[in-house]
Amino acid sequence: MAQGWLQIAVFVAVVVALTPPLGAYMARVYGGRRVFLSPLVGPLERLTYRLLRVDPSAQQGWKDYAKCMMLFSLFSWVLLYLILRTQGIHPFNPEGFDSGPWDVSFNTASSFVSNTNWQYYGGETTLSYFSQMAGLTVQNFVTPAVGVCALLALIRGIVARTGTGLGNFWQDLTRSLYYVLLPLSIVVGLVLVSQGVVQTLDGAAVAKTLEGAEQTLALGPAASQIAIKQLGSNGGGFFNVNSAMPFENGTAFSNFVELLAIVLIPAALTYTYGKLVGRQREGWAIFAAMLAIYLALIVVVVPAEQHGTPAEHAAGTPTEAIDGSTGGNLEGKEQRNGIASSALWATTTTVTSNGSVNSALDSYTGLGGMVPMAGLGTGEVVFGGVGTGLYTMLLYVLLAVFVGGLMVGRTPEYLGKKIQAREIKLVSLGILVTPLAVLATAGLAIATRAGTRSIYQAGPQGFSETLYAYLSQANNNGSAFAGYTGFVQPHAPGNVGAYGISFADLLGGATMTLARFLPIVLVLAVAGSLAGKTISPAGPGTLRTDTPTFVVLLVGVIVLVGALTFFPALLLGPIVQSLTGRLF
Amino acid sequence: MRRHALPAFLAVIVFTVVFGLAYPLAMTGIAQLAFRGKASGSKVTANGRLVGSSLIGQEFKSRAYFHSRPSQTEYAPDATYFSNSGPNSVEAREAVRENLAAYVKLEKPYYGSLTREDVPVDAVTMSGSGVDPEISEANAQIQVHRIAAVRHLSLGTVEDLISAHTSGRALGLFGEPGVNVLTLNLALDEEAPIE
Repeated sequence: MAQGWLQIAVFVAVVVALTPPLGAYMARVYGGRRVFLSPLVGPLERLTYRLLRVDPSAQQGWKDYAKCMMLFSLFSWVLLYLILRTQGIHPFNPEGFDSGPWDVSFNTASSFVSNTNWQYYGGETTLSYFSQMAGLTVQNFVTPAVGVCALLALIRGIVARTGTGLGNFWQDLTRSLYYVLLPLSIVVGLVLVSQGVVQTLDGAAVAKTLEGAEQTLALGPAASQIAIKQLGSNGGGFFNVNSAMPFENGTAFSNFVELLAIVLIPAALTYTYGKLVGRQREGWAIFAAMLAIYLALIVVVVPAEQHGTPAEHAAGTPTEAIDGSTGGNLEGKEQRNGIASSALWATTTTVTSNGSVNSALDSYTGLGGMVPMAGLGTGEVVFGGVGTGLYTMLLYVLLAVFVGGLMVGRTPEYLGKKIQAREIKLVSLGILVTPLAVLATAGLAIATRAGTRSIYQAGPQGFSETLYAYLSQANNNGSAFAGYTGFVQPHAPGNVGAYGISFADLLGGATMTLARFLPIVLVLAVAGSLAGKTISPAGPGTLRTDTPTFVVLLVGVIVLVGALTFFPALLLGPIVQSLTGRLF
Repeated sequence: MRRHALPAFLAVIVFTVVFGLAYPLAMTGIAQLAFRGKASGSKVTANGRLVGSSLIGQEFKSRAYFHSRPSQTEYAPDATYFSNSGPNSVEAREAVRENLAAYVKLEKPYYGSLTREDVPVDAVTMSGSGVDPEISEANAQIQVHRIAAVRHLSLGTVEDLISAHTSGRALGLFGEPGVNVLTLNLALDEEAPIE
């Protein structure tokens, strides 16, 4: 146990240590200054602008910025859907997989274009290498870049002194891709290959095991996709069991690298933020609020998983640590990850909008399984997704400023900009869209026959599976209590005879799309609204937003909104399960 | 709207070529040059025949081999899924109970003082991947008695083999140590072949 805490502490320390250098690098990139990669990437960047026929220096107002973003995402969706539906005719398909069903493809396309990476399909049993590369890997790259674009627009709105320009979408997109995501992916991808993560175009290899059975080793160009899957808060596994699969995450070291890759960019962006607004303490204050919630969740899930489940205890198996074994709830967990590295991953992936898993969340203890749900319930502002985490956090900051303003009886302002009725309306909508979508869709799915078809486990766990599915999809996370299904595949591998559960596929797909793009447009509208305001100098009555007091207020607002929204639902699932030893 | 449509369309095409083809294919090329064996699945051969991958576990039923963890897929790496067995599930209790009984029944004849309390939890639960290549050291330390007896080896010899096939924590800190069942069993076959 002490060893487990030590690895968690060191991991968090590494995250803190890497935040300033990467954050400063990104601030230089987004500030348009030269970085060490400029000689290499600059020509590629300029070529891209020429091919796209855009002028990267043209300033866009929030509406133009939003239109570019929406059109780009729309075309991305169409292309991805077409690729999935015509899979049979494309190259790089050594297993000869047929095209996917329409409803599952709808869900998958919506899922990857919204940076969710919810997966009703199984990677190695349904998708060709072409679909994984040209379809999914592309969206793994561009969707976090789109998230950063929205964040940059919001930051420019906050710091703008004159005019209403929020930057240029094409420039922000291209720079995020070429200067940040691509170089990091190459490095992480090659480190993963050195740890046994596969990267090949060869088809599956058939082995004859020591006892003479046939074992088919499914392979593929996995490492290149997994690197960006982790770095870009995507989370969609190349293989069905995601990073539990040794070919996707085969050693304790690869696990550390993948875990770090989840949180690296979102954490560093807080530092970038401090640089861009010219006040480093503002960035650290936000970082501190994130870290506080993160640590609070970690200290719940680790002991919960170490304790073991009622089912394990009823079966008479000891779950205490003994010499040579960590003990704990190892159902759905890999030996090399054990309790600490699995529980830390479960927390990290759900607070960040990543959604990859290295263990089966459906098999977590009641209390342990509630932690990922709580991570989702914060709206993923604890580091959060690449770009999305910080812009959603900034909405909470504006809300906290407003609440603070009401307390001290002054017009709320943030970094010198007055926060007025229009902004607060947009902010409230932006914050409430996602929880509303969760409650409405989960309610619909639990109350209808079509919805309950997707449930696997009996009793409160079935409710938890449903709640989790819509929490995850509406928050664009993608992790799952994976018993919940929207795809039936009787002859796996292969799509022969496979069919989707249309209700789950369509409701989920629509939820992911709505909960991604509606808040983004609202954020851009807030940015446009703030950009037009003049900056007033701070006075003695100004509520400072870089103090410990404000960090406490901010955490309080986040916890309050999340708790008020989700507490009743959590009672019916994970809380019931943690309070009873009864089996279902 | 229309004047943004062309760049948006072109961007999707350009980025698909860059990130969907150039990037993964280049990475494949580099990976195959720099880490050929690992990039191709860490394959293990014996007597010139492909017998598996050192990263992918296998099912072992013979008394002459160390046994892997229980698996929901019978160790199929081409169609992986989680057991999704919930914490309060009756089926989970039954599965663990059966695994525990079977484990004690198999090992007790070779290790007389073995009780249920000694059986580590990895030996009775299913892993995430269903192809976990490793078992805990405690698990191997119980099975060692059976292997030594069946293979007519000394406990010390088998224990040395176990240590040789145990991976430590990454950087001495992260993750948990584990014993690689396939490579250990291959080493056993080399040390003391069975008829």
